[in-house]
Amino acid sequence: MATPPRELTQNPLKKIWMPCKNGLPEKHISQRKVCMTNCPTLIVTVGLPARGKTYISKKLTRYLNWIGVPTKEFNVGQYRRECVKIYKSFEFFRPDNEEGLKIRKHCAASALNDVRTYLSEGGQVAVFDATNTTRERRDTIMKFADLNGYKVFFVESVCDDPEVIASNIVQVKLGSPDYTDRNTDEAVEDFMKRIKCYENSYETLDEIKDRDLSYIKIMEVGSRYLVNRVLDHIQSRIVYYLMNIHIAPRSIYLCRHGESELNIKGRIGGDSGLSARGKLFAKFLGKFIQEQNIKDLKVWTSQMKRTIQTAEALGVPYEQWKALNEIDAGVCEEMMYEEIQDHYPLEFALRDQDKYRYRYPKGESYEDLVQRLEPVIMELERQENVLVICHQAVMRCLLAYFLDKTAEELPYLKCPLHTVLKLTPVAYGCKVESISLNVEAVNTHRDRPENVDVSRPPDEALLTVPAHQ
Amino acid sequence: MAVPGNAITTPLCYRPQASVPQFTNSPTVIVMVGLPARGKTYISKKLTRYLNWIGVPTKVFNVGQYRRDAVKSYKNFEFFRPDNEEAMKIRKACAVTALHDVSAYLTQEQGQVAVFDATNTTRDRREMILSFAKENGYKVFFVESICDDPDIIAANITQVKLTSPDYEDCDREEALEDFLKRIECYKTNYLPLDDERDRSLSYIKIFNVGSRYLVNHVLDHIQSRIVYYLMNIHVTPRSIYLCRHGESELNVVGRIGGDSGLSRHGSKFASALAGFIQEQSIKELKVWTSHMKRTIQTAEALGVPYEQWKALNEIDAGVCEEMMYEEIQQHYPEEFALRDQDKYRYRYPKGESYEDLVQRLEPVIMELERQENVLVICHQAVMRCLLAYFLDKTAEELPYLNCPLHSVLKLTPVAYGCKVESIFLNIEAVNTHRDKPVNVDVSRESEEALDTVPAHV
Repeated sequence: MATPPRELTQNPLKKIWMPCKNGLPEKHISQRKVCMTNCPTLIVTVGLPARGKTYISKKLTRYLNWIGVPTKEFNVGQYRRECVKIYKSFEFFRPDNEEGLKIRKHCAASALNDVRTYLSEGGQVAVFDATNTTRERRDTIMKFADLNGYKVFFVESVCDDPEVIASNIVQVKLGSPDYTDRNTDEAVEDFMKRIKCYENSYETLDEIKDRDLSYIKIMEVGSRYLVNRVLDHIQSRIVYYLMNIHIAPRSIYLCRHGESELNIKGRIGGDSGLSARGKLFAKFLGKFIQEQNIKDLKVWTSQMKRTIQTAEALGVPYEQWKALNEIDAGVCEEMMYEEIQDHYPLEFALRDQDKYRYRYPKGESYEDLVQRLEPVIMELERQENVLVICHQAVMRCLLAYFLDKTAEELPYLKCPLHTVLKLTPVAYGCKVESISLNVEAVNTHRDRPENVDVSRPPDEALLTVPAHQ
Repeated sequence: MAVPGNAITTPLCYRPQASVPQFTNSPTVIVMVGLPARGKTYISKKLTRYLNWIGVPTKVFNVGQYRRDAVKSYKNFEFFRPDNEEAMKIRKACAVTALHDVSAYLTQEQGQVAVFDATNTTRDRREMILSFAKENGYKVFFVESICDDPDIIAANITQVKLTSPDYEDCDREEALEDFLKRIECYKTNYLPLDDERDRSLSYIKIFNVGSRYLVNHVLDHIQSRIVYYLMNIHVTPRSIYLCRHGESELNVVGRIGGDSGLSRHGSKFASALAGFIQEQSIKELKVWTSHMKRTIQTAEALGVPYEQWKALNEIDAGVCEEMMYEEIQQHYPEEFALRDQDKYRYRYPKGESYEDLVQRLEPVIMELERQENVLVICHQAVMRCLLAYFLDKTAEELPYLNCPLHSVLKLTPVAYGCKVESIFLNIEAVNTHRDKPVNVDVSRESEEALDTVPAHV
């Protein structure tokens, strides 16, 4: 039997239509995008030390948070370091060290406890990062998950290549708090013995015995994968992501188009061409790229004139992505901030209140941009050396992904014109080098003003507008 | 869209024709592997449909078809006996002919992916294909389907084998018996892709209709997308219901786009839709809408939870938003003509094209593949794109598919395709379908341009 249709009201910030009663939004089950999980998911890493578990955990967590799935990693080694203040030697990890075993089991339990707290307070995915190499330990975790109604997805990393393992140890273990007082050789020797302690009791996920579990087994640093029983959307996305990342050294260069005609006039959006200074930047960018001598560099632009003009000056093939187009400012396209304040003071204030979620009328929000850019990020993960010539809001989103910035920080990241950011993955994170190509340009960065209230006077709203013609 | 200055020489940039970045320089041959009745042809056809839809020209080459053309009438399983030399010669010749056609398609006809659909169960046969590919500079990606569940195999045989041309004149029992013997002929010489020996090949092994996958050496973007797609499809019976929002205020006055609410008729449709859905008694139906008022109002009438997808929003008509066709002809006659010349690729100024829409809708299609029973309440252009995917329509046909207001299309996967039932819910609505006019020339008269505009207030 059809219920009479409820009245709809449009949420002023996100421009989402929602049912309302007496003009007030009603609590409603409709969601903005696909509900990834009905119940929270517990991702459990499995593998010997130095197999990349923490690398994967941190990267996966960063990706999930960026696409809007609240995720947190729980590294049991960290709990152990807090419990046992000083690390002496590998002997702590000997399977016959009862004292050590007790402590380690306690740490795991403590971490699971924190997982439960996190998932009951709005978290959606928890990554339980530990070796989890015995069936017994994994059973304990599954019982815990069962009790609390979590889905479990295992991520096992299997690697027998001694070179890869040695490289891992050098990159992330030697710098660990465990080895601050050791020299390199001592540390490596101790760590190798540590790995040995786990080897005898290591029970890999088995095709037969573990046929009912959901997992991905990553073999040989990603040249091979075994995927078993993917249960839902989020697991499917996780598998796709893990199958696309790699660890080959490379750099990603991010920059905006050269200064545009509309930039000079202090107008947002539009599809204008480069100013004289913008053209100079494009030329210098070409020189810069040449000097850097980058192997097999791919160049990507948006489909807007100003990024394409910039790429043209490089004299190399480039690919246009519509997904890299600047944020659509809807009714505010090509306006100056002063005009937005004049014509849409309410909108202008709402934007300052929540710049990440705010959607321009008939336009987009940063949140929409992230969704639009996800395939770009996925392809960036697959690629090696890439130069992305894009726009201010787009560059902020991409940068936030690489530097693990929150939704609150993202819309205020500094991405000035005529500056190239060189991002190089290193250890568990990303090294950033900022290179200004020494061509003057207007400043287009508008900080959040102090007064974000709808009732504020115009001068308070326009306080932080950068200077323009 | 900005075009670089020197258009005479080969442009340094190229606009992607597909939602796939153009990194695949060399064409790809997808090679199916597996015993009969393991779903190879099902996968081949579905994958080909998906790749074509996202803009990657793809074609299936089914060796069984070549065999049927060579050996006019099929007698029985004895043809497939491994010791039948005469038949072996014929079967090999068919494979070679098919490969020949593959190279014609990829090299001369601008194809990008060819799906070589055959059992390919011996190492010899696969070596032959690998040599062929190497000679021609093609990448090879194997898709092996392994299944030992007798129920699934029996179901496959019933669904697609018993109605095959091979068994036209047999009764079911005879056909089933013969086909099972046919499978046995292949089993003795079947060598699955091997973890060790084939470690340098690129492949995906699908076990028992997708409960498990082994993925090896994915080389490039297209292979990665293929793997993702194959890992998301399933064969569980279900139906997908597609419909548009109820008639809107702007529909009534012949205006496109915008974000108006439902007209009186539109509201009636929403109620009728609720009744229809109830009657259908669909198990665990998911309901999806766009972010636009008219689809949400329609969903509201159903009284069930629904999910809003921005990706399902109607095509953005840019500067033409909320205009009547008459006004577009008046203010932008050239744009109007260009659109009629190539409605699929034409992008409204500051708006979108159907081609853009397909790219935008790809995650929706991926999630539809993962889901079971779903009702999608969307818009005319969006519905055309989704329908084209399910019914394998070309880019030329897509923008002219008929998706009238107040009609529900029920799509049910069956055998290798999709059964369509069209249910009109008996509530009047304006017609919003504008056919391609005869004269698409920029110089045409106004009346010729407006010849096919549907009536409105």
